[in-house]
Amino acid sequence: MSHEFLYALLGVGLFTLGLYALIVHAHLLRKILAINVMGSGVFLVLVALGGRTPGAPPDPVPHAMVITGIVVAISATALALALMLWVHAKTGRARLPEERLE
Amino acid sequence: MNWDSSLLLLILATSLLPGLVIFFLPEERVALRTTLNMAGAVVKLVLVGVVIWGVLHGHYYESRLPLLPGGLDLVLHADAESVLFVTLSTVLWLVTTVYAIGYLEGSHHRSRFFGFFSLCVTATVGVALAGNMITFLLFYELLTLSTYPLIVHRETEEARQAGRIYLRYTIAGGALLLVGTVWLYDVAGAFEFTHRGVLAGLDDADRTVLTAIFVLLIAGLGVKAALVPLHGWLPRAMVAPAPVSALLHAVAVVKAGAFGIVRVVDDVYGVEFAASLGVTGPLAVVAATTIIYGSLRALFQDNLKRRLAYSTVSQVSYIVLGIAVVGPIATIGGLVHLVHQGVMKITLFFCAGNLAETLGIHKVSDMNGVGRRMPWTMAAFTVGALGMIGVPPLAGFITKWYLGLGALDAGQDWVILVLAGSSLLNAGYFLPVLYAAWFKAPPDAWPAERAYGRSETAWALLLPPVVTALLTLAVGLLASAPFSPLQWARFITTQEYAP
Amino acid sequence: MGASLANTPWGVLVILLPLAGALVCFLWPRRSVPLGLVTALGVVACVAGLGWQVAEQGVQRYAVGGWGAPLGIDLYADGLSLLMLMMTALVGLGISVYSSGYFDRKTATVFWSLWLFLWAALNALFLSADIFNLYVTLELMGLAAVALVALAGGADALIAAMRYLLVSLLGSLFYLLGVALLYHSVGSVDIAILAQQVEPLPAVWAAVGLMSAGLLLKTALFPLHFWLPPAHASAPAPVSALLSALVVKASFYILLRLWLEIFSPGDAAVGQLLGLLGASAVLWGGIQALRQTRLKLLIAYSTVAQLGYLFLAFPLGTSVAWKGALYLLFSHALAKAAMFMSAGNILRCCGHDRIADLDRVARRLPLTLTAFTLAGISSMGLPPSGGFTGKWMLLDAALYSGQWWWALTLILGGLLAAAYVFKVVGYAFTPAEVTHEVSRVPARMEWTALVLALAAVLLGLFTPWPLALLDIGLPFGGGYAG
Repeated sequence: MSHEFLYALLGVGLFTLGLYALIVHAHLLRKILAINVMGSGVFLVLVALGGRTPGAPPDPVPHAMVITGIVVAISATALALALMLWVHAKTGRARLPEERLE
Repeated sequence: MNWDSSLLLLILATSLLPGLVIFFLPEERVALRTTLNMAGAVVKLVLVGVVIWGVLHGHYYESRLPLLPGGLDLVLHADAESVLFVTLSTVLWLVTTVYAIGYLEGSHHRSRFFGFFSLCVTATVGVALAGNMITFLLFYELLTLSTYPLIVHRETEEARQAGRIYLRYTIAGGALLLVGTVWLYDVAGAFEFTHRGVLAGLDDADRTVLTAIFVLLIAGLGVKAALVPLHGWLPRAMVAPAPVSALLHAVAVVKAGAFGIVRVVDDVYGVEFAASLGVTGPLAVVAATTIIYGSLRALFQDNLKRRLAYSTVSQVSYIVLGIAVVGPIATIGGLVHLVHQGVMKITLFFCAGNLAETLGIHKVSDMNGVGRRMPWTMAAFTVGALGMIGVPPLAGFITKWYLGLGALDAGQDWVILVLAGSSLLNAGYFLPVLYAAWFKAPPDAWPAERAYGRSETAWALLLPPVVTALLTLAVGLLASAPFSPLQWARFITTQEYAP
Repeated sequence: MGASLANTPWGVLVILLPLAGALVCFLWPRRSVPLGLVTALGVVACVAGLGWQVAEQGVQRYAVGGWGAPLGIDLYADGLSLLMLMMTALVGLGISVYSSGYFDRKTATVFWSLWLFLWAALNALFLSADIFNLYVTLELMGLAAVALVALAGGADALIAAMRYLLVSLLGSLFYLLGVALLYHSVGSVDIAILAQQVEPLPAVWAAVGLMSAGLLLKTALFPLHFWLPPAHASAPAPVSALLSALVVKASFYILLRLWLEIFSPGDAAVGQLLGLLGASAVLWGGIQALRQTRLKLLIAYSTVAQLGYLFLAFPLGTSVAWKGALYLLFSHALAKAAMFMSAGNILRCCGHDRIADLDRVARRLPLTLTAFTLAGISSMGLPPSGGFTGKWMLLDAALYSGQWWWALTLILGGLLAAAYVFKVVGYAFTPAEVTHEVSRVPARMEWTALVLALAAVLLGLFTPWPLALLDIGLPFGGGYAG
């Protein structure tokens, strides 16, 4: 099993773990962290699968995609955290009312 | 601008444009509103006259707009059937406008009322002038939408419920009509209304499919045409003001349904092809059932407008019966009843409205001796009622004569029984009313009297029923004259049947 | 003059103009209303320019900044993108005018920059030529939309916004994982190249599944629709309008592109599954809408139902079916925006939106009620309206291919829509038991609702031109062309 494939598998594993945490945990901060973990999983998959031929320099396109993705993730996380604080300020709890999915 | 292609659009515009303007008029501008209403009605009448003249001289009037992919256009076309229906609508619109102006005097939201009133007439004229099924469907649904605000006009809870029931029936009917129409176009391709129909010429059409489509179309149209058991909305719509009942029941909604059935049987299927499919027999049975059922229910109604409503349920099916009995004479009877029932029923509703407005009478049991108090109104009512029963030489007699003769001619003798039974029932629910009105002693006080000086009621309420009663007499007496509805119906029928 | 107009990169302008407008509104908040309105008009003009360019010269492709794929960004404009852009432009203009009368000073300053930014993201999305750019613009749009939902400020709105954000991010991540797998299999993210070189490998199938799942979540297809009604109902009226009319359509557009260009011809079973979910959405959404006591929730569930119609095209797959679905999409955008605006007017006038307590709105706000009814006519699919045309085409396709159960769904959906629209109209005619104080509603709010609703109706009368537009680029399969 090549390095890249292992990393990619790990990435999928992170994605799955994050998904599980997102569904199961009720606290908003945990959900936001879960999303971040899922995001990292996807980036790992992208970078891992980007090393196409061994010995040759890696494909720059997935790296560019990951950098863009990180920027988007930062903005999204910032918005999410701000919203979480507002929700907490308004309702006193950092949870979504129905304990349902997402 | 080509006159031939825009004349029909102009006819639509004569009620659409004033209607749109009237919506924005403030309540107090009575004179302007009345002028717009009357002007629109008169101009429309003139233009319809031009169309009649044109059709007789071989002009081809058609307006077209691409509407849907597959070659389906919005087509307005003036053939003989359109002319019959559009003339009826236009003349009766003029009369009803006068009546409505008088009836609604002093009530609120007249601008809204007359706006929707005009839209309603636009939709009816569109139904009359439709040149193919899709155009018919479009205006048919517009009719539903424009009549709803008239039914809920009084803004009471009762009106809202009546509106709800009305919509339940008509929108469901519209859905059936839509499916039937899409399927029809699927099977037949783009086509327009043609005498003797287009379906006979299809090579590989599955007869079961065509029958299924027929059932769907008739069911969809039958809601508005008040075929049993789809008639439930009609008695409940009586909560609307009298001009609305008059217009709905004599001209617009029920006639649109019946006219649609005429179109489907004659100009889509072709009456002989429909007979060969075996659908005309069941249709005749449904029509006959409606005739008897409506008359029976009418016998037991004390509320005058409801009695008239059930009478309408019964009478409109004469048209369907005439079409369903395959034979030229019966078809003539059915077609001509489009006009006859219109003028007779509108007279009756006008009179009912007069009784309610002037004396507060809503029930038959309150009508004792009213003939002495309101002689002109009751005279008009008498003419209308006798016409309904089928007393010669009134309009109703002509219809029943032709229907009966046509039934014998087509070998459907049972129809005679239906006609006879129906006439008896009509007599059963009209004659006692007439007797009570003319020969019984009036009560000490009427339920809610309004004085109109020395005349029995406002002239705007009196003139219309008198005019339509005279029309009832005229179409009966002058049935052999060149331009009577009867001659027109004969003309249409000759084009429908193979020589 | 003609030549220079023909060579202007309208596609780029269509994105840059609202972006610049957003920035300017952020920097000069006091003047955000007039600046915003001017920008809106400008964007409409640019879309018109692009439309003219596409109609004259066919499909357009720009390399932004002169750097082409794979590292640069390409913009691609065909008939489908143009239809989406026009829809956005028309509805966007309406929303802009409406908002200029709706918001108070303080909220307005924030609203305009967010709204223009969202508009820029939407335009960029519709013009994207590669799947990664679609991801970026989708995320940008989502973030702006979430912020706009939170604008109302109350606990309900904030909670709905939070849920919406989490859902949005989840969907995007599924999509991105799919992008990664697709890139790995084919070696490119460009849609045109993917269309040619994609093969049915397991990685590709996984990618299809992941991307579809993410996009279906964002398009709120049953049963993944749970987040939509609270979000759309608790936002301020113009925001609800843009969410229902435009934002949910963006993810549908991506799904459509992928399906038509890359994943076609899809497995018939998948098509039937999507159709089944769509039918469930139509029926479930309709029934739920009927049960609502508040107007905005009714309209939000109506959106769930109407989105279901769009998925009925997947099992049918013919050119007529796709065009019908897109016609429905366009009409729905106009009609739904008009409906939410009407609801906003009613809220402004009466102070509440409880349906049973609508007190003679027919008298007080006749223009608004007309707008609501006309919009309802398009939603029901009654003629003449854009909704009718779309419904007709889908019915035609369903009956032609013998899949009559979709026809039944269309009819039932129409009847349900009639039930809930006329429920509202009926109550609007009658007096309520408790009367409320009425406030004035600015004229422009009533008129924008009415104009958009009229546009939905007129769309049904002027059909040849939009249909011809969809043929440019022709991403639709052959089969029955109507």
